[in-house]
Amino acid sequence: MTAAIAIQGLEVVFDRFRALKGVSLEVREGESYGLVGESGSGKSTLLKAITGLAPVASGTVTVNGKPLGKTRDKAFYREVQMVFQDPYGSLHPRQTVDRLLQEPLAIHGIADGEKRIERALDEVGLGKGFRFRYAHQLSGGQRQRVAIARALILEPSILLLDEPTSALDASVQAEVLNLLEEVRRRRKLTFLMVSHDLAIITHMCERLMVMQNGEAVETLTASQLIGHRVSEDYTRNLLRASEGFVRA
Amino acid sequence: MSAETIQSRREWLLSDRPASRLQARLGRAYVSWRRFSANRLALVGMLIIIALLVVAAFADVLAPYSPTVGDLKNARLLAPSAAHWFGTDDLGRDIYSRIVYGARWTLYVVILVAIIAAPIGLLVGTVAGYAGGWTDTILMRVTDIFLAFPKLVLALAFVAALGPGIENAVLAIAITSWPPYARIARAETLTVRNSDYIKAVQLMGASPFRIVLRHIMPLCISSLIIRVTLDMAGIILTAAGLGFLGLGAQPPLPEWGAMIASGRRFILDQWWVAAAPGAAILIVSLGFNLLGDGLRDALDPRSGDQ
Repeated sequence: MTAAIAIQGLEVVFDRFRALKGVSLEVREGESYGLVGESGSGKSTLLKAITGLAPVASGTVTVNGKPLGKTRDKAFYREVQMVFQDPYGSLHPRQTVDRLLQEPLAIHGIADGEKRIERALDEVGLGKGFRFRYAHQLSGGQRQRVAIARALILEPSILLLDEPTSALDASVQAEVLNLLEEVRRRRKLTFLMVSHDLAIITHMCERLMVMQNGEAVETLTASQLIGHRVSEDYTRNLLRASEGFVRA
Repeated sequence: MSAETIQSRREWLLSDRPASRLQARLGRAYVSWRRFSANRLALVGMLIIIALLVVAAFADVLAPYSPTVGDLKNARLLAPSAAHWFGTDDLGRDIYSRIVYGARWTLYVVILVAIIAAPIGLLVGTVAGYAGGWTDTILMRVTDIFLAFPKLVLALAFVAALGPGIENAVLAIAITSWPPYARIARAETLTVRNSDYIKAVQLMGASPFRIVLRHIMPLCISSLIIRVTLDMAGIILTAAGLGFLGLGAQPPLPEWGAMIASGRRFILDQWWVAAAPGAAILIVSLGFNLLGDGLRDALDPRSGDQ
Protein backbone atom coordinates (compact mmCIF):
# COMPACT_ATOMS: atom_id res chain seq x y z
CA MET A 1 0.00 0.00 0.00
CA THR A 2 1.30 3.47 -0.85
CA ALA A 3 1.22 6.43 1.47
CA ALA A 4 -1.61 8.91 0.91
CA ILE A 5 0.29 11.60 2.75
CA ALA A 6 4.01 11.42 3.52
CA ILE A 7 5.65 14.25 5.40
CA GLN A 8 9.40 14.51 5.95
CA GLY A 9 11.04 16.95 8.35
CA LEU A 10 8.35 19.62 7.98
CA GLU A 11 9.22 23.03 9.43
CA VAL A 12 6.76 25.91 9.61
CA VAL A 13 7.98 29.33 10.71
CA PHE A 14 5.68 32.31 11.37
CA ASP A 15 7.92 35.38 11.48
CA ARG A 16 10.44 33.98 13.93
CA PHE A 17 8.24 31.52 15.75
CA ARG A 18 8.85 27.88 14.82
CA ALA A 19 5.38 26.37 14.91
CA LEU A 20 6.53 23.00 13.54
CA LYS A 21 9.99 21.65 14.22
CA GLY A 22 10.84 18.93 11.76
CA VAL A 23 7.76 16.73 11.94
CA SER A 24 7.62 13.52 9.91
CA LEU A 25 4.53 11.44 9.38
CA GLU A 26 3.06 8.87 7.04
CA VAL A 27 -0.64 8.28 6.48
CA ARG A 28 -1.54 5.16 4.54
CA GLU A 29 -4.19 5.12 1.88
CA GLY A 30 -7.66 4.56 3.32
CA GLU A 31 -6.43 5.03 6.84
CA SER A 32 -7.81 7.30 9.51
CA TYR A 33 -4.95 9.01 11.27
CA GLY A 34 -5.22 11.16 14.38
CA LEU A 35 -3.17 14.06 15.64
CA VAL A 36 -3.50 14.86 19.33
CA GLY A 37 -1.91 17.39 21.62
CA GLU A 38 -2.74 20.43 23.66
CA SER A 39 -3.52 23.84 22.16
CA GLY A 40 -0.51 25.30 20.39
CA SER A 41 1.16 21.98 19.84
CA GLY A 42 1.15 22.55 16.09
CA LYS A 43 -1.45 20.00 15.03
CA SER A 44 -3.68 22.46 13.18
CA THR A 45 -0.59 24.10 11.68
CA LEU A 46 0.36 20.73 10.23
CA LEU A 47 -2.96 20.55 8.37
CA LYS A 48 -2.58 24.13 7.17
CA ALA A 49 0.93 23.39 5.94
CA ILE A 50 -0.39 20.50 3.87
CA THR A 51 -3.07 22.69 2.27
CA GLY A 52 -0.64 25.51 1.62
CA LEU A 53 -2.21 27.95 4.10
CA ALA A 54 0.85 27.99 6.36
CA PRO A 55 4.35 29.00 5.26
CA VAL A 56 6.53 25.91 4.90
CA ALA A 57 10.18 26.70 5.72
CA SER A 58 11.64 23.30 4.90
CA GLY A 59 10.72 19.66 4.54
CA THR A 60 8.68 17.82 1.97
CA VAL A 61 5.04 16.90 1.69
CA THR A 62 4.01 14.13 -0.70
CA VAL A 63 0.37 13.49 -1.51
CA ASN A 64 -0.56 10.28 -3.36
CA GLY A 65 3.05 9.90 -4.46
CA LYS A 66 3.32 13.43 -5.86
CA PRO A 67 5.67 15.82 -4.06
CA LEU A 68 4.15 19.27 -3.49
CA GLY A 69 5.92 22.49 -4.40
CA LYS A 70 5.46 25.96 -3.00
CA THR A 71 2.04 26.49 -4.54
CA ARG A 72 -0.84 24.07 -4.81
CA ASP A 73 -2.59 23.58 -8.12
CA LYS A 74 -6.24 22.85 -8.79
CA ALA A 75 -5.57 19.13 -9.14
CA PHE A 76 -4.32 19.12 -5.55
CA TYR A 77 -7.55 20.60 -4.26
CA ARG A 78 -9.51 17.88 -6.03
CA GLU A 79 -7.52 15.34 -4.05
CA VAL A 80 -7.38 17.04 -0.66
CA GLN A 81 -10.16 18.92 1.09
CA MET A 82 -10.55 20.21 4.60
CA VAL A 83 -13.31 20.64 7.19
CA PHE A 84 -12.77 23.49 9.60
CA GLN A 85 -13.21 23.57 13.33
CA ASP A 86 -15.75 26.34 13.69
CA PRO A 87 -18.94 25.76 11.70
CA TYR A 88 -20.06 29.28 12.56
CA GLY A 89 -17.06 30.79 10.84
CA SER A 90 -16.53 28.50 7.90
CA LEU A 91 -19.69 29.32 5.92
CA HIS A 92 -19.98 32.60 4.05
CA PRO A 93 -22.63 34.71 5.85
CA ARG A 94 -24.15 36.06 2.63
CA GLN A 95 -24.37 32.89 0.59
CA THR A 96 -27.02 30.21 0.49
CA VAL A 97 -26.04 26.58 0.88
CA ASP A 98 -26.72 26.22 -2.84
CA ARG A 99 -24.29 28.99 -3.74
CA LEU A 100 -21.68 27.61 -1.33
CA LEU A 101 -21.80 24.20 -2.94
CA GLN A 102 -21.83 25.61 -6.44
CA GLU A 103 -18.64 27.59 -5.92
CA PRO A 104 -16.20 24.64 -5.99
CA LEU A 105 -18.00 23.21 -9.03
CA ALA A 106 -17.74 26.54 -10.83
CA ILE A 107 -14.05 26.90 -9.97
CA HIS A 108 -13.26 23.46 -11.32
CA GLY A 109 -15.61 23.71 -14.27
CA ILE A 110 -17.67 20.66 -13.36
CA ALA A 111 -20.78 20.34 -15.46
CA ASP A 112 -23.28 18.11 -13.64
CA GLY A 113 -23.67 20.63 -10.80
CA GLU A 114 -27.37 20.15 -10.08
CA LYS A 115 -27.00 16.41 -9.54
CA ARG A 116 -23.85 16.71 -7.50
CA ILE A 117 -25.35 19.27 -5.14
CA GLU A 118 -28.43 17.15 -4.55
CA ARG A 119 -26.31 14.06 -4.02
CA ALA A 120 -23.94 15.87 -1.65
CA LEU A 121 -26.82 17.20 0.45
CA ASP A 122 -28.41 13.75 0.60
CA GLU A 123 -25.13 12.20 1.56
CA VAL A 124 -24.69 14.41 4.61
CA GLY A 125 -28.29 13.87 5.68
CA LEU A 126 -29.67 17.27 4.69
CA GLY A 127 -32.64 17.15 2.36
CA LYS A 128 -33.60 19.54 -0.41
CA GLY A 129 -35.24 21.80 2.17
CA PHE A 130 -31.83 23.05 3.23
CA ARG A 131 -30.53 23.93 -0.19
CA PHE A 132 -31.56 27.57 -0.31
CA ARG A 133 -30.98 28.49 3.29
CA TYR A 134 -28.44 30.95 4.53
CA ALA A 135 -25.91 29.97 7.18
CA HIS A 136 -27.79 31.86 9.88
CA GLN A 137 -30.84 29.68 9.25
CA LEU A 138 -28.90 26.54 10.21
CA SER A 139 -27.87 25.03 13.54
CA GLY A 140 -24.26 24.26 14.36
CA GLY A 141 -24.56 20.60 13.43
CA GLN A 142 -26.33 21.43 10.17
CA ARG A 143 -23.63 23.94 9.33
CA GLN A 144 -20.94 21.36 9.87
CA ARG A 145 -22.85 18.98 7.61
CA VAL A 146 -22.89 21.64 4.92
CA ALA A 147 -19.14 22.13 5.42
CA ILE A 148 -18.65 18.38 4.98
CA ALA A 149 -20.82 18.40 1.86
CA ARG A 150 -18.72 21.23 0.47
CA ALA A 151 -15.53 19.31 1.14
CA LEU A 152 -16.94 16.17 -0.47
CA ILE A 153 -18.43 17.75 -3.56
CA LEU A 154 -15.10 17.73 -5.41
CA GLU A 155 -14.82 14.01 -4.59
CA PRO A 156 -11.40 14.19 -2.90
CA SER A 157 -9.57 11.10 -1.72
CA ILE A 158 -8.14 12.73 1.39
CA LEU A 159 -10.06 14.71 3.97
CA LEU A 160 -8.30 16.86 6.55
CA LEU A 161 -10.42 17.38 9.65
CA ASP A 162 -9.49 20.19 12.01
CA GLU A 163 -11.35 19.38 15.22
CA PRO A 164 -14.57 18.97 13.26
CA THR A 165 -16.77 18.49 16.29
CA SER A 166 -15.21 20.51 19.09
CA ALA A 167 -17.62 23.41 18.59
CA LEU A 168 -20.69 21.16 18.76
CA ASP A 169 -22.55 19.79 21.76
CA ALA A 170 -22.21 16.13 22.69
CA SER A 171 -25.21 14.57 20.93
CA VAL A 172 -24.58 16.49 17.71
CA GLN A 173 -20.91 15.55 17.98
CA ALA A 174 -21.80 11.88 17.83
CA GLU A 175 -24.05 12.40 14.80
CA VAL A 176 -21.36 14.25 12.89
CA LEU A 177 -18.70 11.69 13.80
CA ASN A 178 -20.96 8.86 12.64
CA LEU A 179 -21.60 10.71 9.42
CA LEU A 180 -17.85 11.10 8.87
CA GLU A 181 -17.29 7.39 9.57
CA GLU A 182 -20.01 6.44 7.13
CA VAL A 183 -18.72 8.72 4.41
CA ARG A 184 -15.22 7.38 4.87
CA ARG A 185 -16.36 3.80 4.55
CA ARG A 186 -18.49 4.48 1.50
CA ARG A 187 -15.95 6.59 -0.37
CA LYS A 188 -12.82 4.83 0.92
CA LEU A 189 -11.40 8.15 2.06
CA THR A 190 -8.20 8.82 3.92
CA PHE A 191 -8.69 10.94 7.04
CA LEU A 192 -6.14 13.07 8.82
CA MET A 193 -7.93 14.25 11.91
CA VAL A 194 -6.89 16.73 14.55
CA SER A 195 -8.48 16.64 17.96
CA HIS A 196 -7.65 17.27 21.57
CA ASP A 197 -10.31 14.79 22.59
CA LEU A 198 -8.65 11.39 23.06
CA ALA A 199 -12.00 9.59 23.14
CA ILE A 200 -12.87 10.85 19.67
CA ILE A 201 -9.44 9.96 18.32
CA THR A 202 -9.55 6.43 19.70
CA HIS A 203 -13.06 6.02 18.31
CA MET A 204 -12.26 7.34 14.84
CA CYS A 205 -8.63 6.57 14.15
CA GLU A 206 -6.48 3.49 13.77
CA ARG A 207 -3.20 5.25 14.38
CA LEU A 208 -2.29 8.55 15.92
CA MET A 209 0.57 10.87 16.65
CA VAL A 210 0.97 12.80 19.87
CA MET A 211 2.39 16.29 19.44
CA GLN A 212 3.84 18.86 21.81
CA ASN A 213 5.42 22.25 21.08
CA GLY A 214 5.60 21.62 17.36
CA GLU A 215 7.29 18.25 17.71
CA ALA A 216 6.12 14.68 17.47
CA VAL A 217 6.17 13.01 20.88
CA GLU A 218 5.25 9.50 19.83
CA THR A 219 3.24 7.47 17.36
CA LEU A 220 0.70 4.98 18.69
CA THR A 221 -2.07 2.71 17.54
CA ALA A 222 -5.53 3.27 18.94
CA SER A 223 -5.38 0.01 20.87
CA GLN A 224 -2.11 1.02 22.50
CA LEU A 225 -3.74 4.23 23.65
CA ILE A 226 -6.82 2.44 24.98
CA GLY A 227 -4.59 -0.03 26.83
CA HIS A 228 -2.48 2.84 28.17
CA ARG A 229 0.61 1.19 26.65
CA VAL A 230 2.42 4.45 26.08
CA SER A 231 6.09 5.17 26.50
CA GLU A 232 6.23 8.95 26.95
CA ASP A 233 5.38 10.88 30.10
CA TYR A 234 3.64 13.58 28.11
CA THR A 235 1.18 11.10 26.63
CA ARG A 236 0.56 9.67 30.08
CA ASN A 237 -0.27 13.16 31.34
CA LEU A 238 -2.63 13.69 28.44
CA LEU A 239 -4.37 10.43 29.22
CA ARG A 240 -4.72 11.36 32.85
CA ALA A 241 -6.09 14.80 31.93
CA SER A 242 -8.62 13.25 29.57
CA GLU A 243 -10.11 11.18 32.35
CA GLY A 244 -11.41 14.43 33.76
CA PHE A 245 -11.76 15.51 37.33
CA VAL A 246 -11.52 12.81 39.91
CA ARG A 247 -13.02 13.49 43.27
CA ALA A 248 -10.40 13.16 45.93
CA MET B 1 -56.05 41.06 -2.12
CA SER B 2 -57.58 39.46 0.94
CA ALA B 3 -55.89 39.44 4.32
CA GLU B 4 -55.34 35.71 3.98
CA THR B 5 -53.32 35.90 0.78
CA ILE B 6 -51.21 38.69 2.25
CA GLN B 7 -50.61 36.55 5.31
CA SER B 8 -49.61 33.52 3.25
CA ARG B 9 -47.30 35.64 1.09
CA ARG B 10 -45.56 36.94 4.17
CA GLU B 11 -45.09 33.40 5.41
CA TRP B 12 -43.69 32.41 2.04
CA LEU B 13 -41.18 35.27 2.23
CA LEU B 14 -40.16 34.57 5.79
CA SER B 15 -39.96 30.81 5.32
CA ASP B 16 -37.12 29.06 7.13
CA ARG B 17 -36.75 26.61 4.29
CA PRO B 18 -36.96 28.44 0.98
CA ALA B 19 -37.55 26.16 -1.98
CA SER B 20 -35.80 28.18 -4.66
CA ARG B 21 -33.01 30.66 -5.20
CA LEU B 22 -35.60 33.35 -5.88
CA GLN B 23 -37.48 32.74 -2.66
CA ALA B 24 -34.28 32.88 -0.62
CA ARG B 25 -33.30 36.17 -2.20
CA LEU B 26 -36.73 37.75 -1.90
CA GLY B 27 -37.03 36.60 1.70
CA ARG B 28 -33.75 38.25 2.51
CA ALA B 29 -34.79 41.46 0.78
CA TYR B 30 -38.08 41.40 2.67
CA VAL B 31 -36.32 41.12 6.02
CA SER B 32 -34.12 44.09 5.11
CA TRP B 33 -37.16 46.04 3.97
CA ARG B 34 -38.98 45.37 7.24
CA ARG B 35 -36.02 46.59 9.21
CA PHE B 36 -35.75 49.65 6.98
CA SER B 37 -39.44 50.52 7.05
CA ALA B 38 -39.58 50.27 10.82
CA ASN B 39 -37.60 53.50 10.80
CA ARG B 40 -40.08 56.34 10.09
CA LEU B 41 -37.44 58.96 9.33
CA ALA B 42 -35.78 56.66 6.81
CA LEU B 43 -39.12 56.36 5.03
CA VAL B 44 -39.38 60.14 4.94
CA GLY B 45 -35.90 60.26 3.42
CA MET B 46 -36.86 57.67 0.85
CA LEU B 47 -40.00 59.61 -0.04
CA ILE B 48 -37.94 62.77 -0.60
CA ILE B 49 -35.58 60.90 -2.91
CA ILE B 50 -38.47 59.28 -4.79
CA ALA B 51 -40.04 62.72 -5.14
CA LEU B 52 -36.73 64.01 -6.54
CA LEU B 53 -36.69 61.16 -9.06
CA VAL B 54 -40.28 61.84 -10.10
CA VAL B 55 -39.67 65.56 -10.46
CA ALA B 56 -36.56 64.93 -12.56
CA ALA B 57 -38.35 62.40 -14.76
CA PHE B 58 -41.43 64.56 -15.39
CA ALA B 59 -39.75 67.98 -15.43
CA ASP B 60 -41.25 68.74 -18.83
CA VAL B 61 -44.75 68.21 -17.47
CA LEU B 62 -44.25 69.79 -14.07
CA ALA B 63 -42.52 72.99 -15.14
CA PRO B 64 -44.93 75.66 -16.41
CA TYR B 65 -42.22 77.83 -17.99
CA SER B 66 -38.95 77.36 -19.82
CA PRO B 67 -35.99 77.05 -17.43
CA THR B 68 -33.66 79.02 -19.64
CA VAL B 69 -35.74 81.62 -21.49
CA GLY B 70 -37.28 84.37 -19.39
CA ASP B 71 -39.48 87.39 -19.93
CA LEU B 72 -36.97 90.18 -19.47
CA LYS B 73 -39.47 92.90 -20.20
CA ASN B 74 -42.30 92.06 -17.79
CA ALA B 75 -41.17 89.47 -15.29
CA ARG B 76 -37.86 90.50 -13.70
CA LEU B 77 -37.42 89.69 -10.02
CA LEU B 78 -41.10 89.18 -9.26
CA ALA B 79 -42.04 88.05 -5.74
CA PRO B 80 -43.65 84.62 -5.28
CA SER B 81 -47.23 84.63 -6.54
CA ALA B 82 -49.81 82.30 -8.05
CA ALA B 83 -48.29 82.73 -11.51
CA HIS B 84 -44.70 82.25 -10.35
CA TRP B 85 -44.74 80.07 -7.23
CA PHE B 86 -41.16 80.82 -6.23
CA GLY B 87 -40.93 84.17 -8.01
CA THR B 88 -38.66 85.03 -10.92
CA ASP B 89 -34.96 85.82 -11.19
CA ASP B 90 -33.06 88.74 -12.67
CA LEU B 91 -33.51 87.46 -16.21
CA GLY B 92 -37.25 87.04 -15.77
CA ARG B 93 -37.09 83.21 -15.58
CA ASP B 94 -39.54 81.29 -13.41
CA ILE B 95 -37.56 79.98 -10.41
CA TYR B 96 -39.95 77.06 -9.80
CA SER B 97 -39.37 75.79 -13.36
CA ARG B 98 -35.63 76.20 -12.94
CA ILE B 99 -35.66 74.22 -9.71
CA VAL B 100 -37.71 71.46 -11.32
CA TYR B 101 -35.23 71.18 -14.20
CA GLY B 102 -32.36 71.59 -11.74
CA ALA B 103 -33.41 68.31 -10.11
CA ARG B 104 -32.12 66.59 -13.25
CA TRP B 105 -28.69 68.15 -12.89
CA THR B 106 -28.55 67.35 -9.20
CA LEU B 107 -29.36 63.70 -9.91
CA TYR B 108 -26.93 63.68 -12.82
CA VAL B 109 -24.10 64.86 -10.56
CA VAL B 110 -24.95 62.58 -7.64
CA ILE B 111 -25.40 59.43 -9.71
CA LEU B 112 -22.35 59.97 -11.89
CA VAL B 113 -20.14 60.67 -8.90
CA ALA B 114 -21.46 57.59 -7.12
CA ILE B 115 -20.92 55.25 -10.06
CA ILE B 116 -17.42 56.59 -10.70
CA ALA B 117 -16.14 56.94 -7.13
CA ALA B 118 -17.69 53.92 -5.39
CA PRO B 119 -16.31 51.21 -7.74
CA ILE B 120 -12.84 52.81 -7.72
CA GLY B 121 -12.84 52.92 -3.92
CA LEU B 122 -14.20 49.39 -3.67
CA LEU B 123 -11.62 47.98 -6.04
CA VAL B 124 -8.64 49.80 -4.51
CA GLY B 125 -9.72 48.95 -0.98
CA THR B 126 -10.47 45.26 -1.47
CA VAL B 127 -7.35 44.63 -3.55
CA ALA B 128 -5.16 46.44 -1.03
CA GLY B 129 -6.75 44.64 1.90
CA TYR B 130 -6.64 41.19 0.37
CA ALA B 131 -3.21 41.37 -1.26
CA GLY B 132 -1.43 43.01 1.68
CA GLY B 133 2.31 43.66 1.56
CA TRP B 134 3.64 46.05 -1.04
CA THR B 135 0.43 46.31 -3.01
CA ASP B 136 -1.36 47.42 0.14
CA THR B 137 1.32 49.95 1.06
CA ILE B 138 1.41 51.56 -2.37
CA LEU B 139 -2.37 51.70 -2.83
CA MET B 140 -3.02 53.06 0.63
CA ARG B 141 -0.30 55.71 0.41
CA VAL B 142 -1.85 56.94 -2.82
CA THR B 143 -5.18 57.02 -1.00
CA ASP B 144 -3.59 58.97 1.85
CA ILE B 145 -2.22 61.54 -0.58
CA PHE B 146 -5.71 62.12 -1.96
CA LEU B 147 -7.14 62.29 1.55
CA ALA B 148 -4.57 64.86 2.63
CA PHE B 149 -5.99 67.52 0.31
CA PRO B 150 -9.09 69.47 1.36
CA LYS B 151 -11.82 68.10 -0.88
CA LEU B 152 -13.15 71.35 -2.29
CA VAL B 153 -9.67 72.76 -2.91
CA LEU B 154 -8.59 69.65 -4.79
CA ALA B 155 -11.82 69.70 -6.80
CA LEU B 156 -11.16 73.37 -7.55
CA ALA B 157 -7.68 72.54 -8.78
CA PHE B 158 -9.03 69.80 -11.05
CA VAL B 159 -11.77 72.03 -12.46
CA ALA B 160 -9.28 74.82 -12.99
CA ALA B 161 -7.07 72.42 -14.93
CA LEU B 162 -9.88 70.74 -16.88
CA GLY B 163 -11.95 73.85 -17.47
CA PRO B 164 -15.28 74.80 -15.89
CA GLY B 165 -18.41 72.81 -16.69
CA ILE B 166 -20.68 70.31 -15.02
CA GLU B 167 -18.94 67.22 -16.48
CA ASN B 168 -15.59 68.37 -15.17
CA ALA B 169 -17.14 69.21 -11.82
CA VAL B 170 -18.47 65.63 -11.65
CA LEU B 171 -15.05 64.27 -12.51
CA ALA B 172 -13.35 66.48 -9.94
CA ILE B 173 -15.77 65.46 -7.20
CA ALA B 174 -15.42 61.77 -8.11
CA ILE B 175 -11.64 61.97 -8.01
CA THR B 176 -11.74 63.54 -4.57
CA SER B 177 -14.41 61.33 -3.03
CA TRP B 178 -13.17 57.78 -3.62
CA PRO B 179 -10.45 57.61 -0.90
CA PRO B 180 -12.85 57.22 2.05
CA TYR B 181 -14.55 54.35 0.18
CA ALA B 182 -11.19 52.67 -0.33
CA ARG B 183 -10.50 52.98 3.39
CA ILE B 184 -13.85 51.45 4.30
CA ALA B 185 -13.51 48.62 1.79
CA ARG B 186 -9.98 47.86 3.02
CA ALA B 187 -11.07 47.79 6.66
CA GLU B 188 -13.95 45.44 5.82
CA THR B 189 -11.63 43.24 3.78
CA LEU B 190 -9.12 42.99 6.60
CA THR B 191 -11.80 41.72 8.96
CA VAL B 192 -12.86 38.91 6.62
CA ARG B 193 -9.70 37.94 4.74
CA ASN B 194 -8.49 35.57 7.46
CA SER B 195 -11.88 34.08 8.20
CA ASP B 196 -12.44 30.38 7.70
CA TYR B 197 -14.97 30.87 4.93
CA ILE B 198 -12.44 32.73 2.82
CA LYS B 199 -9.85 30.03 3.60
CA ALA B 200 -12.39 27.43 2.55
CA VAL B 201 -12.74 29.10 -0.84
CA GLN B 202 -8.95 29.29 -1.13
CA LEU B 203 -8.93 25.56 -0.48
CA MET B 204 -11.33 25.12 -3.39
CA GLY B 205 -8.54 26.42 -5.59
CA ALA B 206 -10.19 29.78 -6.29
CA SER B 207 -8.02 32.50 -7.81
CA PRO B 208 -7.40 35.67 -5.75
CA PHE B 209 -9.34 37.58 -8.39
CA ARG B 210 -12.38 35.37 -7.89
CA ILE B 211 -12.15 35.56 -4.11
CA VAL B 212 -12.03 39.36 -4.10
CA LEU B 213 -14.76 39.74 -6.68
CA ARG B 214 -17.26 37.11 -5.55
CA HIS B 215 -16.61 36.59 -1.87
CA ILE B 216 -15.10 39.76 -0.41
CA MET B 217 -16.76 42.51 -2.43
CA PRO B 218 -20.34 41.43 -1.60
CA LEU B 219 -19.45 41.77 2.07
CA CYS B 220 -18.12 45.30 1.60
CA ILE B 221 -20.95 46.55 -0.57
CA SER B 222 -23.52 47.20 2.12
CA SER B 223 -21.28 49.43 4.21
CA LEU B 224 -20.24 51.16 1.03
CA ILE B 225 -23.84 51.80 -0.05
CA ILE B 226 -24.54 53.30 3.35
CA ARG B 227 -21.50 55.53 3.17
CA VAL B 228 -22.19 56.64 -0.41
CA THR B 229 -25.79 57.51 0.46
CA LEU B 230 -24.64 59.54 3.44
CA ASP B 231 -22.04 61.23 1.25
CA MET B 232 -24.58 62.21 -1.39
CA ALA B 233 -25.53 65.27 0.61
CA GLY B 234 -21.86 66.24 0.62
CA ILE B 235 -21.62 65.62 -3.12
CA ILE B 236 -24.61 67.86 -3.77
CA LEU B 237 -23.11 70.54 -1.57
CA THR B 238 -19.71 70.30 -3.25
CA ALA B 239 -21.35 70.48 -6.67
CA ALA B 240 -23.38 73.45 -5.48
CA GLY B 241 -20.21 75.00 -4.06
CA LEU B 242 -18.41 74.60 -7.38
CA GLY B 243 -21.47 76.01 -9.14
CA PHE B 244 -21.52 78.89 -6.68
CA LEU B 245 -17.87 79.66 -7.43
CA GLY B 246 -18.66 79.63 -11.12
CA LEU B 247 -16.60 76.49 -11.79
CA GLY B 248 -19.44 73.98 -12.01
CA ALA B 249 -22.50 74.31 -14.19
CA GLN B 250 -22.32 77.28 -16.56
CA PRO B 251 -25.22 79.60 -17.33
CA PRO B 252 -27.92 79.15 -18.41
CA LEU B 253 -27.99 75.62 -16.91
CA PRO B 254 -30.49 75.60 -14.01
CA GLU B 255 -28.09 74.07 -11.49
CA TRP B 256 -29.08 74.84 -7.90
CA GLY B 257 -25.65 76.01 -6.69
CA ALA B 258 -25.23 78.31 -9.66
CA MET B 259 -28.75 79.66 -9.02
CA ILE B 260 -27.80 80.62 -5.47
CA ALA B 261 -24.67 82.29 -6.80
CA SER B 262 -26.64 84.44 -9.20
CA GLY B 263 -29.24 85.23 -6.53
CA ARG B 264 -26.58 86.43 -4.11
CA ARG B 265 -26.57 89.88 -5.67
CA PHE B 266 -30.17 90.56 -4.69
CA ILE B 267 -30.24 88.59 -1.47
CA LEU B 268 -31.34 91.55 0.68
CA ASP B 269 -34.16 92.84 -1.52
CA GLN B 270 -35.24 89.76 -3.47
CA TRP B 271 -34.49 86.97 -1.00
CA TRP B 272 -36.48 84.31 -2.87
CA VAL B 273 -34.03 84.14 -5.74
CA ALA B 274 -31.39 82.51 -3.51
CA ALA B 275 -33.71 81.02 -0.89
CA ALA B 276 -35.66 78.68 -3.21
CA PRO B 277 -32.67 76.72 -4.60
CA GLY B 278 -31.10 76.82 -1.13
CA ALA B 279 -34.17 75.16 0.34
CA ALA B 280 -34.15 72.58 -2.49
CA ILE B 281 -30.53 71.67 -1.70
CA LEU B 282 -31.33 71.49 2.01
CA ILE B 283 -34.33 69.19 1.53
CA VAL B 284 -32.60 66.82 -0.89
CA SER B 285 -29.45 66.63 1.28
CA LEU B 286 -31.60 65.88 4.29
CA GLY B 287 -33.43 63.20 2.31
CA PHE B 288 -30.18 61.44 1.40
CA ASN B 289 -28.95 61.64 4.99
CA LEU B 290 -32.14 60.15 6.40
CA LEU B 291 -32.12 57.45 3.73
CA GLY B 292 -28.50 56.62 4.53
CA ASP B 293 -29.23 56.32 8.23
CA GLY B 294 -32.12 53.98 7.49
CA LEU B 295 -30.00 51.87 5.17
CA ARG B 296 -27.38 51.55 7.88
CA ASP B 297 -29.96 49.96 10.15
CA ALA B 298 -31.27 47.72 7.38
CA LEU B 299 -28.05 46.61 5.72
CA ASP B 300 -25.32 46.74 8.34
CA PRO B 301 -23.97 43.18 8.54
CA ARG B 302 -23.11 43.68 12.19
CA SER B 303 -26.67 44.45 13.25
CA GLY B 304 -28.52 41.17 13.62
CA ASP B 305 -27.37 37.95 12.02
CA GLN B 306 -28.13 38.58 8.38
